[in-house]
Amino acid sequence: MTKAKTLFEKIWDAHVVKRQEGHPDALFIDRHFIHEVTSPQAFDGLRKRGIGVFNTARTSATADHNVPTKDQHLPIKEALSRHQVETLRKNCEAFGIELYDLGHPFQGIVHIIGPELGLTQPGMTIVCGDSHTSTHGAFGNIAFGIGTSEVEQVLATQCVLQHKPKTMKIEINGSLGKGVLAKDIILYIIAKLSASGATGYFIEYAGSTIESLSMEARMTICNMSIEMGARGGLIAPDETTFNYMRGRKFAPQGEDFERKVEDWRKLKTDDGAAYDLIVKFDAADIAPMITYGTNPGMGIKITDRIPNTRELKEIGEYASFNKSLEYMGLEGGSSILGKAIDYVFIGSCTNARMEDLRLVADMVKGKKKAEHVEVWIVPGSKQVEEQARKEGLDKIFEAAGFELRSPGCSACLGMNEDKVPAGKYCISTSNRNFEGRQGPKSRTFLASPLSAAAAAITGKVTDVRDLMDT
Amino acid sequence: MKEKFTTLISTAVPLSIENIDTDQIIPARFLKATTREGFGNNLFRDWRYDAAENPKASFVLNDNRYSGKILVAGKNFGCGSSREHAAWALYDYGFRVIISSFFADIFKNNALNNALLPIQVSDAFLLEIFNKIESDPNTSITIDLENQKVSIGHSSEHFDINAYKKTCLINGYDDIDYLLDLRPEIKKFDLLHK
Ligand code: SF4
Repeated sequence: MTKAKTLFEKIWDAHVVKRQEGHPDALFIDRHFIHEVTSPQAFDGLRKRGIGVFNTARTSATADHNVPTKDQHLPIKEALSRHQVETLRKNCEAFGIELYDLGHPFQGIVHIIGPELGLTQPGMTIVCGDSHTSTHGAFGNIAFGIGTSEVEQVLATQCVLQHKPKTMKIEINGSLGKGVLAKDIILYIIAKLSASGATGYFIEYAGSTIESLSMEARMTICNMSIEMGARGGLIAPDETTFNYMRGRKFAPQGEDFERKVEDWRKLKTDDGAAYDLIVKFDAADIAPMITYGTNPGMGIKITDRIPNTRELKEIGEYASFNKSLEYMGLEGGSSILGKAIDYVFIGSCTNARMEDLRLVADMVKGKKKAEHVEVWIVPGSKQVEEQARKEGLDKIFEAAGFELRSPGCSACLGMNEDKVPAGKYCISTSNRNFEGRQGPKSRTFLASPLSAAAAAITGKVTDVRDLMDT
Repeated sequence: MKEKFTTLISTAVPLSIENIDTDQIIPARFLKATTREGFGNNLFRDWRYDAAENPKASFVLNDNRYSGKILVAGKNFGCGSSREHAAWALYDYGFRVIISSFFADIFKNNALNNALLPIQVSDAFLLEIFNKIESDPNTSITIDLENQKVSIGHSSEHFDINAYKKTCLINGYDDIDYLLDLRPEIKKFDLLHK
């Protein structure tokens, strides 16, 4: 009998081109995504070596990180951003890579367009020079972020050299309470495990709660695996996965698709397979969450008090903890509910899909934003933007005083002009609350799209359940 | 070919902050270059300079008592993004070794791919290093890669490094050289995995 394997091990082992004792595995990569920020130096490397791209059909490109979210049809104003996007354009042309450039109907945040176009499929290995590549794992594949040297390796050889990570299973069972979204689940897990708690592991999310989630929600969860240090996170594919994929542009079509589905159904962890670590949570314990500090592990239930130093586990954490609260302008031991906010950002590869926008529209329909708050809604892709307009969500947002912009990473990392000013508070659906992430000295509260929408209406950190009909 | 690494003896810069993420190492707004060089100027930009671009005296890189090719940092160094720019910035600034009691995974990989050696030591040894360099900034640290030993004064500690990566660093090899040699095998694999 063959050894029982986890889903992760099955996919990994099926992609090892060469394994040598004491040596990292040469892992074959099925799908490679690139964008303007982490690819130029990799293409330069190819030029210096005088080699081309190994298999152009396996790499797709888009411009997302520093594109403007207004007037995308005009040339990019900021010279360095323009240069980076133009460099991507030239490189894709010179090396023969498909590019979904600004203005293309498929353009968008790289981790949103892959699944949307059916390029992301179960059983694959997927990499991108971006840590949130873990998003794609929602489809039951091994997807992880790489550095530019590795981008060069993939372009040149369609392989990366990698040590096999350890495996962790995170199991969540039970039904979710009112106002609790996938974002709250993952913020809860990270708060429990800490920002480094899964370093060295690859996670498999399982359990009845996970199985009940839509693909969009599963992507939100896998997306933030990296925020606890994991290489990535995956979820075994099921009917929800196949239904999402059927008919997508680059997915197999018709009978081919149904044949593929038969293979994909086998992508499951065997009974009796061992994980290096198993953690279990009960969905009933999860409530709407928010972060108060400067790493995603610093999260609490929105109704809880901010911890104070007395509650810290390790004395060594004091200095960093205090520095973090000082940066945020918050007091240990105080309540976060009612804290006034200045900006609301609904966007990023964590929460800028149709489902997110629909939830927000439902919540704000017929309401108006608080006077002093500025609200940016940045769709994850051109397709999401088009669909939102088709469904009339733009009208709902407009009536509420929100602005529906054009797709890109935007205020998730503040590389374009969408920056939160120094000292201002932003409630954001993105994935990182690091110092200066949304602009120099900006202060970020990470939360779900519902919590962000609620805060937009009231102008302060709000328990979304108070705004929901019973 | 990369610079070869065998032994390094240098003074060090102490940065005793935990969870230093890639956005602090190199803020996103400085990632717009399309070459690998020049990122050192913006290393720890927002900690090093105030809004008017004046160096902040309180930040350790602006403290001329400290210098050297070794950065000693708090736990969970390099968390956050996969951007290799963080490793380039540290290298470009002049660092060749980072000592911490814990490193984020992708950062560790990126550093090793750029001849920047991440050395993980115990919490106790890290504290000892901080104490020694803070009480005497001229204290030097010795990194012996061959024997995987880091020493300061009379104390030393063994550090782990993957045997393959060690060979690469000592000889200045790149992963890509190894993979390029595998191309015929990869081609076959590619055809079978449509
Ligand atoms: S939206 Fe944010 S996290 Fe996602 S790819 Fe863009 S910058 Fe990275």
